[in-house]
Amino acid sequence: MDRWDGGDMKELAEWVIRDLFSKNPDTWQYTWAIYLAGMALAAVICLGFVAVFAGPVTWVERRTAGRIMSRIGPNRVGPQGVLQWLADGIKNLLKEDLIPDDADKPLFRLAPYLVFSGMFGTFVVLPFGANLIAADLDIGVLYLMAVTTLVVVGLLTAGWASNSKWALYGGIRSAAQLVSYEVPIAFALLVVVISTGSLSTQAIIKAQGGWPWQWFVAKNPFTFIAFFLLLTSAMAEGNRIPFDLPEAESELVAGYNTEYSGMRFLFFLFEEWANLWIMGAITTLCFLGGWQIPGVSPEKISASSGWTFVGWQLLSFAIFAAKVSWIVFIVIQARWTLPRLRVDQLMSTCWKYLVPMTLVCIAGVLFMDLYIVQGGITDKIIRWIMTLLGAAVIVLFFLRARYNYKMDKDKYPGLRNEKMWYPPYRMP
Amino acid sequence: MKVPLLSAMVFWAFAILAMASAVFVAFSRNIVHAAFALLGCFFGVAGLYLFLSADFVGIIQVMVYVGGVLILFLFAVMLTGKIRNPEKSNPSRAIPGGLVTMLVTLGLFGYLAFTTPWQVLPTVPTGPTTSQIGDALLGPYILPFEVASVLLLAALLGGVLLAGGVRGRSRLTGNEQDEAPRDSGGNT
Repeated sequence: MDRWDGGDMKELAEWVIRDLFSKNPDTWQYTWAIYLAGMALAAVICLGFVAVFAGPVTWVERRTAGRIMSRIGPNRVGPQGVLQWLADGIKNLLKEDLIPDDADKPLFRLAPYLVFSGMFGTFVVLPFGANLIAADLDIGVLYLMAVTTLVVVGLLTAGWASNSKWALYGGIRSAAQLVSYEVPIAFALLVVVISTGSLSTQAIIKAQGGWPWQWFVAKNPFTFIAFFLLLTSAMAEGNRIPFDLPEAESELVAGYNTEYSGMRFLFFLFEEWANLWIMGAITTLCFLGGWQIPGVSPEKISASSGWTFVGWQLLSFAIFAAKVSWIVFIVIQARWTLPRLRVDQLMSTCWKYLVPMTLVCIAGVLFMDLYIVQGGITDKIIRWIMTLLGAAVIVLFFLRARYNYKMDKDKYPGLRNEKMWYPPYRMP
Repeated sequence: MKVPLLSAMVFWAFAILAMASAVFVAFSRNIVHAAFALLGCFFGVAGLYLFLSADFVGIIQVMVYVGGVLILFLFAVMLTGKIRNPEKSNPSRAIPGGLVTMLVTLGLFGYLAFTTPWQVLPTVPTGPTTSQIGDALLGPYILPFEVASVLLLAALLGGVLLAGGVRGRSRLTGNEQDEAPRDSGGNT
């Protein structure tokens, strides 16, 4: 019985057929059953992961929001309120499923599924670790772009089927926004694809290295900018503040999900929070080196066996998850820091700033790839400068956050006549 | 030639999805439902492309038709008034012309289907196609590729001219640009 060195679920299924059943996968009559089982297994694992991520992240988001707004946030269910998401879930499950009388009922019922499957479909190509991926498609990045269009259709459906003007406005806005912001996302991903020479997500990660100066974000100034452009556009694609016009509560009640209640409503929220992981995972795999372990090459991981192999997989997953969580946390903080854009500002941000900037990035990356030798002295110098720049951005971020917390601590007693909790991890 | 069970299942699932949605599009009394049924049709066709090992074409089918064309359809349909009235949205005009078109198309396809010497090719293993398509587009087919892009550019300019005609005129006459509300949500 030889070792499983496969990349994805298909290879795992073939390994099972070859080694556990000692059959040839091309000729065995029950191959299809093993394939189906593999697909179902991958789907169940991904679904479980999404649920376990999207739930607690709502709690993280609400506590962060509370801290930023100098209030407490949910802290009653479980220690520090960590079980709040379970309580919310149970509450929404038990709620009555209301469908407006004048709604287009089949479409109204269909919309949450479309939105959810558009979101969940991306998990097929999102890697979790060195060999942990449902299917390493050769057209991975294109697939990501294609499958998320289902979300747009779903939001439009929800908006129209609700038969409410708020919902319709929300749906149409979200469609306009998502279709527009797909363009800068596609261009920013093109920067990565040019640097890699492949559309497969695992190939993109393997083209980078474990150390920060081997990541695409530090490759040259243009990829550095493209990283921020991708993150911004991804926030817009995920309907996050400052780009959450489709559900702007001050104008549209709740946008496309105004008429939804109970579990169907929860599906929209679920999609929104699961999107945080997708957003973080795409930026991480494209620019931040993905699951690469510093100092350990992917070949070494594949060549290891037994428990070492499992250990590398877990370590790579931990690294990937840590990077993604970092991005998610930044996105959450941005949501509670920045004001919402107007509709015309939203569109001009996309078409007048993001799209031209990404186009410049593409031209710049092409130029750099043509004239700068990979691994040469110029390349090394550029990478080091970019790494230092990135480190400077992170240091600035921390200093800024610390400054705000200190300001809070000094001013709060004067306003409320009580002490502000400080340092920030000390939550009431 | 014996087709593996899983392949047959996948093929029939996609074929039935595409055909059933297409039938629904044609016969639905509600034009919005028809537009949504188009979604199933596009996915079915994309699935058939994938089934034929044309992964790139399949994904582009989803991106262009679902992400672009279908969304535009939905926009247009949803912004139209009295859309729930089938008399207005699906008027039955030109039935004789439609019948002639149908019969001619049916005859042509039927003729093709029964006279073409179909060959059964050995199964091609699924492999990367993207780089070959890229090489072909920038190699032997560079001229058609560029001509198609010129066509798209012309369409783009025409769209800009139609949407922004008033502003363009005021610039020509040297007047100050009018502050009329602009269409800010438009997608080209």
